Amino acid sequence: MSRRPAAAAVPAGQDLSLLPAAGFSAHGLWYWAGLAFMLMEGSAFALACAAYVYLMNSADQWPLEGRAPALSWGTAQTVLLLGSLVPTWFLARAALRRDLKATQGWGVLVAALNALALVIRAVEFLHLNTRWDSDAYGSITWTLILLHTVHLITDFVDTFFLTVFLFTHPVPTERFSDVQDDALYWAYVVFTWLPLYLLIYWAPRWAP
Amino acid sequence: MPRRAQLVALLVLGGGVAGCSGVQTALDPAADQAASIEVIWRTMLVVCGVMYLLVLGFLAWALWRARRPAAVDDAPLPAETAAEPALARGLTGWVALIVAGLLVLTTVSFLVDRSLAEVGPDPLKIKVTANQWWWQVEYEGDAPTDRFTTANELHLPLNRPAVIELHAADVIHSFWVPNLSGKTDLIPGRTNYMAVTPRRLGAFRGQCAEFCGFEHAKMAFDVVVDPPRTFEAWRRHQIQSASDPVTAEAVYGKQVFTSQACVMCHRIQGTDAGATVGPDLTHLASRSHIAAGALPNDTGDLQAWIADPQGVKPGTAMPRVALNSGQLNAVVDYLETLK
Amino acid sequence: MSAADASALPTALPAEEDVRLTRTWATPPGFWGWLTTVDQKQIARRYVVTGLVFFALAGLLAAAMRAQLSRPDNHLLSPDRYNQIFTMHGSTMMFLFAVPIMEGMGLYLVPLMIGARTMAFPRLNAMSYWMYLAGGIFLWTAFILNVGPDIGWFGYVPLSGPEYGIGKRADVWAQMITFTEVAAMAAAASTATSIFKMRAPGMTLARMPIFVWAMLTTAFMIMLAMPAVMLASSFLISDRLIGTHFYNYAEGGSVLLFQHLFWFFGHPEVYIIFIPGLGMVSEITQTFCRRPVFGYPAVVLSMLATGFLAFGLWVHHMFATGLPHMGDSFYTAASMTIAIPSGVQIFCWLATMWDGKPRLAPPMLWVIGFVITFVLGGLSGVMLASVPLDTQVHDTYFVVAHFHYVLIGGAVFPLLGGIYYWFPKATGRMLNEAAGKWSFWLVFLGFHTAFFPMHILGLWGMPRRVWTYPADMGWGALNLTSTIGAYILAAGVLVYVLNLIVSYRRGAPAGPNPWGASGLEWAAASPPPSYNFGLTPVVESRHPLWTGGGRLPTLTGLSLDHREVLLTTVTDARPDLRHGSPSPSIWPLLTAVAVSALFIGSIFDEWWIVWLSIPFALAVLGWFWPRKSHGKKVGAPDETPPGALA
Repeated sequence: MSRRPAAAAVPAGQDLSLLPAAGFSAHGLWYWAGLAFMLMEGSAFALACAAYVYLMNSADQWPLEGRAPALSWGTAQTVLLLGSLVPTWFLARAALRRDLKATQGWGVLVAALNALALVIRAVEFLHLNTRWDSDAYGSITWTLILLHTVHLITDFVDTFFLTVFLFTHPVPTERFSDVQDDALYWAYVVFTWLPLYLLIYWAPRWAP
Repeated sequence: MPRRAQLVALLVLGGGVAGCSGVQTALDPAADQAASIEVIWRTMLVVCGVMYLLVLGFLAWALWRARRPAAVDDAPLPAETAAEPALARGLTGWVALIVAGLLVLTTVSFLVDRSLAEVGPDPLKIKVTANQWWWQVEYEGDAPTDRFTTANELHLPLNRPAVIELHAADVIHSFWVPNLSGKTDLIPGRTNYMAVTPRRLGAFRGQCAEFCGFEHAKMAFDVVVDPPRTFEAWRRHQIQSASDPVTAEAVYGKQVFTSQACVMCHRIQGTDAGATVGPDLTHLASRSHIAAGALPNDTGDLQAWIADPQGVKPGTAMPRVALNSGQLNAVVDYLETLK
Repeated sequence: MSAADASALPTALPAEEDVRLTRTWATPPGFWGWLTTVDQKQIARRYVVTGLVFFALAGLLAAAMRAQLSRPDNHLLSPDRYNQIFTMHGSTMMFLFAVPIMEGMGLYLVPLMIGARTMAFPRLNAMSYWMYLAGGIFLWTAFILNVGPDIGWFGYVPLSGPEYGIGKRADVWAQMITFTEVAAMAAAASTATSIFKMRAPGMTLARMPIFVWAMLTTAFMIMLAMPAVMLASSFLISDRLIGTHFYNYAEGGSVLLFQHLFWFFGHPEVYIIFIPGLGMVSEITQTFCRRPVFGYPAVVLSMLATGFLAFGLWVHHMFATGLPHMGDSFYTAASMTIAIPSGVQIFCWLATMWDGKPRLAPPMLWVIGFVITFVLGGLSGVMLASVPLDTQVHDTYFVVAHFHYVLIGGAVFPLLGGIYYWFPKATGRMLNEAAGKWSFWLVFLGFHTAFFPMHILGLWGMPRRVWTYPADMGWGALNLTSTIGAYILAAGVLVYVLNLIVSYRRGAPAGPNPWGASGLEWAAASPPPSYNFGLTPVVESRHPLWTGGGRLPTLTGLSLDHREVLLTTVTDARPDLRHGSPSPSIWPLLTAVAVSALFIGSIFDEWWIVWLSIPFALAVLGWFWPRKSHGKKVGAPDETPPGALA
């Protein structure tokens, strides 16, 4: 490359002070921190799922004893999470427009749905039909759902405070960008739930 | 200086390959399995040796070629010099050579691996269970009367394949007799198998090769490859119960053994001692070592071991049993009758 | 260095502006400043110094082991002490020395090499250092109190499980892992983001220094591999503390699950340790041969390929566990494939030397020592990839020899060369060259005397992790040789460290570019000011200080009165945004303290996790509490049309 003239020449004497001081998604830094955490957590999710499948394949029956988790609450959770993507999408768009009113409105709705997901999650725990210390099936099932719950809580705290700040603090472009990153993270939390839902609720029904 | 270091290294390696006979070495195979693995080793040594010499040669050439080393303020060379195309061709050739070498090695390794998975006809079946820190050995047979249990010593008939079933009673161990074959782990909750076909008479030594706690270092065992008739005689003898002691001293020793803590852990077939926590002692005196290879099996060492197990093998499960010297001598006397 | 030298730098600001910028980026004085600093170079120096301290401690443990093994049936150490010592040696070297010190080198060098003021997330870096330090102190305190782990650095279950791993020893090991992995992942996220977003204008991906590529590869490997070991150790600790059954085969768990998870991390870990070393080798080679590295694309692609392949090899640590033969053969082929990118890189460095004019200054000696040692370790690695041969030498001293050739040859030699090479940059002083050569020869010869005989010992049947061996095995002479070599090696390390200490005080002044090197880090003053570069350098080639006739173009406009960094686009590095960089803060330390308390408390009672998550949440909240926006501070128009920002 060094023999070629500069592929992307930088204008000589460009005044950097004319550059904007905030930007959305890939332009900013926090977006990349978010991606990095998604990568690490994605690796953890994938390995936990692999551990689940590994234990399932080395067992004669699955669940090892007792019944599979009650399907209704997990399915309700899945529907809720997928449904929440719609207001999340509008939230991200409103933030990108830096439309404060709309961002506040969609932010409240997304935070409320997030809180509802946590309530349903609590009920899900009650209907897992196994305990973490019953057997390996119980341990790994609890791992998967607990890992996801930690993400639900984290994102709830994040969304909650961001939404509160939308009302209590001045809202610069940086904050709108944070809201957009948070919306992306919520979508990530929703999508990671899908394989977990299949493993937690359907694998015990499909496995011999 | 590096050249001298390499010379030393080569000498040491040469010495290593030459002086390799021993009871626990991978370089002196006494079974089919170890022999075919040694073929890989030799192939590897040649292929990798050649590659290493090529690298060192290139390095030496590069250093020799720099007749005048660069000064800090010399103009740096451009990224593309006149030698660039020649070096690019060299890189291509080098990669081709590596790929060819890897193909040879992978093929040899794969073929040997396949051969190791095969078991010959009519194999002898032995079950080995590893414990912290000793080996239980069970010979299986068609009739219950053909089965027997021993510890820390295996006998194998020459030229007959043996399949060893491997279990672990507590933590992970690894069964390894380098003269016979590679190692295989003994894993709680799993059953592993390994096959050996001994081709040379002799006594060999095996050792646990997976860290298993406190006395991992002192968890060895003996493997004796016998002519088939000798093996058969040994087998028949091992099936039998222990013979009753004759001398007064030994009779007293048996009495001490069965009335003290010894019976809590050990079994001597044909007596009241029937516990299976520790090694079976029915034919203890026929074995060449005690305490899983920690000591040779002779009067003095047997006494030392019983008198102070923790001193010989710190951490062992065998407790110190309070015996006076008369009792100790009698027990040793009795144990030595367990041929 | 004198002020006159500094103002001659192409990146120097006029004096009055320099004063303002210095004030802006200054760390508060005194102890408070020490606790709150977010200066990337200060944090990196702590990483490197702490790493060297742990290297020395783990080296002392090695010396103790070699003393114990110097003759058969030796009773210098009890088996209990010996088992703790080899566990501590491995754990310290892997988790507290090798990975953190490489991150520390990256933390110091990456911003300088890419022409940035600092790292992307300086507070995250500050926190990760405190976490690392806490994990190290925790482990060593436990060891001194005789509750050091005794289960090997790999902590296999069931030996480490609730039934056989008695006391708190295994818990200490498992939580130390969590500490250091959290620290490593935080540092990796910061490194990767910095490399993507903060490169000097014009530094396209194809112009990045090879060391930066190495750190980028490493960062990705850390982010993908470390969750595996955290999962493995979390499963272990929950089996031990709250009665789960992940590894309990009596309740449907699996003993081998631990090994799969551990080695899915453990194999990439080796590459995480030596890929930064490969980056250092590239930088040193081109500087001392005064020729750009031959085959830059080949070297970079090989590094990426190594990083990628590293995730497909973990089963070769488990060939003795009795897995299906066909599957094993796949891992044989995959493991051998690694030889191709490694061979390509070796060729490229040798070609650089062959075509250049190598000057055998100490850093270059370390590179030559690296080639001789690392290639031998790589070749014995090819041997280990063969399933049948591996079953013979696995868990013997052959493997001990192999990985010390790879890790000391592939990571420690380049590291010692790299520290020698960049020491003038970090301190403004040169190291003593004669002492540098002495230390190299002692370490190099000591190393080979210590570790070459171990190949033979392994083939002669000596297993690893044995606290002693019987005299009639015939292993005594080679073990004694090895012990002597180890002490020569230690003497070399001592000379090296003394050289560092003495030269730090009395070394000759270095000037900004003592080696006549080509990278941007040499365009900053030595030692670099807190803001690294006054003017923003612009890069027009892969070797900015070697091309353009000594002229380094620069840009102005970054704020002098607020901490501001330039963000550029990911591939082309075009100037994109100004970003506010955080000022010194106590929150990273408070967060690290809260997390440390939580981790340590959890091994005594699981409810500590719940109670201590409250101070943790408060600390994080304090950390991220909204402050005045950067745009407001620097008076950037907040009404920029959305299109310009999207």
